[in-house]
Amino acid sequence: MIRTPLRPLASVLRARQDGENPDVIERENIRLRHEQMRDRARMRAESRLLVLGVVFLCAFLTIGGRMGVLANSEPSEPRAGGAGADIVASRADIVDRRGRILATNIETYSLYAQPPQMVEPIRAATALAEIFPDLDADRLLKDFTGKRKFVWVKRKLSPEQRQAVHDLGEPGLLFGPREMRLYPNGRLAAHVLGGTGFGREGVHAAEVIGVAGVEKFFDDRLREPAQGHAPLQLSIDLSVQAAVERVLQGGKLLMNAKGASAVLMEVETGQIVALASLPDFDPNARPNPPTEGEPGDSPLFNRAVQGVYELGSVFKTFTIAQALDLGLVDPSTIIDTRGPMRWGKHRINDFRNYGPTQTTTGVMVKSSNVGTARIAQEIGIERQRAFLGSLGLFEATPLEIVEAKSGRPLLPKRWTELSTMTISYGHGLSSSPLHLAASYATIANGGYLVTPTLMKGPRGQRGPRVLSERAAAQTMTMLRKVVTDGTASLAEVEGYAVGGKTGTADKPRARGGGYYEDKVLSTFASVFPAHDPAYVLVVTLDEPVETSGSEPRRTAGWTAVPVASEITRRVAPLLGLRPVIEPGEIGGITLTSN
Amino acid sequence: MRGFLFVLSAMLVIGLAFWAYRENYDTQAAQARAAALQDDIASARERLQMLNAEWAYLNRPDRLRDLAQINFDRLGLLPLRADQFGRIDQVAYPAVDPLPIVNPVELMAREAFP
Repeated sequence: MIRTPLRPLASVLRARQDGENPDVIERENIRLRHEQMRDRARMRAESRLLVLGVVFLCAFLTIGGRMGVLANSEPSEPRAGGAGADIVASRADIVDRRGRILATNIETYSLYAQPPQMVEPIRAATALAEIFPDLDADRLLKDFTGKRKFVWVKRKLSPEQRQAVHDLGEPGLLFGPREMRLYPNGRLAAHVLGGTGFGREGVHAAEVIGVAGVEKFFDDRLREPAQGHAPLQLSIDLSVQAAVERVLQGGKLLMNAKGASAVLMEVETGQIVALASLPDFDPNARPNPPTEGEPGDSPLFNRAVQGVYELGSVFKTFTIAQALDLGLVDPSTIIDTRGPMRWGKHRINDFRNYGPTQTTTGVMVKSSNVGTARIAQEIGIERQRAFLGSLGLFEATPLEIVEAKSGRPLLPKRWTELSTMTISYGHGLSSSPLHLAASYATIANGGYLVTPTLMKGPRGQRGPRVLSERAAAQTMTMLRKVVTDGTASLAEVEGYAVGGKTGTADKPRARGGGYYEDKVLSTFASVFPAHDPAYVLVVTLDEPVETSGSEPRRTAGWTAVPVASEITRRVAPLLGLRPVIEPGEIGGITLTSN
Repeated sequence: MRGFLFVLSAMLVIGLAFWAYRENYDTQAAQARAAALQDDIASARERLQMLNAEWAYLNRPDRLRDLAQINFDRLGLLPLRADQFGRIDQVAYPAVDPLPIVNPVELMAREAFP
């Protein structure tokens, strides 16, 4: 590049000759050079801006174009990355404690119609009414020939029905895939499982949502795709549950009972192995809730969990266990059992007269109301309340089914001394058979609180202590005596050393005003084996009457006890319990001297 | 020399292009195969679930009880009872074989029959 000098000699000389200032020339040249530099810099900056603008434009166009493509393209499954077995879109299965299926899903189809596409709507309507007898031909005809564009015909189809509809060859009848909840065991454990229904429905799929029982309690867990592959494991044992239901059904028929329930619970963990309530229902076709009559008589009603009843003499165990714990009595203390016992205008009577006195064991074995009430008087209002509260008898059970919340015990409004006395033998406080089972399990567990649960979980977690070990052991000995020489003699099962307590409670009239004379609720709460408690079984029969004798018998010893004993006989081998010879009482060493 | 390099790089480009082309088609084929396998897995899983459901349905306690009753004279099945539990010491030891004869002696009846 040729630089123009700032002070060209020729111009300077000429300017000197003319007497001008040569610096002007230099300044002029500097100005021109600066102008050139400015122009160059400007050009360069402009071109840079242009390039930058083009780059940005391209970038924005690329991003915008990609967004447009993404927005307009059909979504597709990623082909390269293999989806593992960890994410499953269907509802998780429910299995029993040994992994046998209690609830699963099957693929089925729903049937819908698009009347505008139909060729022969009249023929289709009559043919559909033939295939599905529960559909009304006139109604279908009205839907198909009217202005509707879309009609649901049937929610679930069997494969045979689907084929029959297919054979009609009607282009306006269409199938949509549906996932259906199946309970392969039918009525088994219906009250535990609950049932499912369809939530939001579309043509291609429908939500399956739990409506009751475990299905509703664990709805979120069962629907979560990340856990879809892992079945929900319950503590229920399928074969034990089947045996319990079978025997209970037979017992309900033989004893002419209106309803029945049974709870079988592991003592150590509180896990429920079988929970039955009769009458029951089929969760595959869950009936609608009743709109009339007593809700308690509906098959949907879970008597073992929702039903709160005055359970009667089975509560004596708690009174006596507490008295033993407090040291007020020991098993051989003599208790005054002269009746009737008067309190204000109220009289407490025994079923029959058991003599003027009984030992504490005798009060329990003979089931003396008077004796128990006397012991309760010594315990007092506050201590009794605190003890029953610590057993969990004031709160609904924390069982993992939605119905458990409604099984809240009914307590007396004012806990007077009379309440203390009546509650001591099981009147005036209503609780569910499940509460009873958990409380008996607590006593059988050496006094550590047992919380009922339906989940199979680890062993070896102990609750807080609510009863001393000694009192618990003494109570268990008494419960065993009730069976060997008391009111529950029919409960004896060879090899399993059953211990338990009967309870026969008169049913209160529905509208208030006293109790029925001839309607009872008979209960048997048992523990087996008594010397090494493993299981608690509570059987409750509603309005039983045993008519094989000369006069009808309603006491639990004649109704609930034989049923419970048969359940124990059937179930104990299934639970893997070996029959054992009960350890006898160790003979006391007598000190002799001469 | 220069021409040789030119030809060599051209060959290289052609070779790489061919390689990329083949890899592309291999990838697509592998993806298609993976998708087909995914489909197979999904349908196998569906089938498995259906079979499990059917197994559970066929093994439902009601049905087994009815079958045991219908076939009672052939099978004689009854509910499990407590007295059916055995103990290890109730099982007899297997009979011991007689000791083997290692030095057999040849014998012959010499007595003459009358």
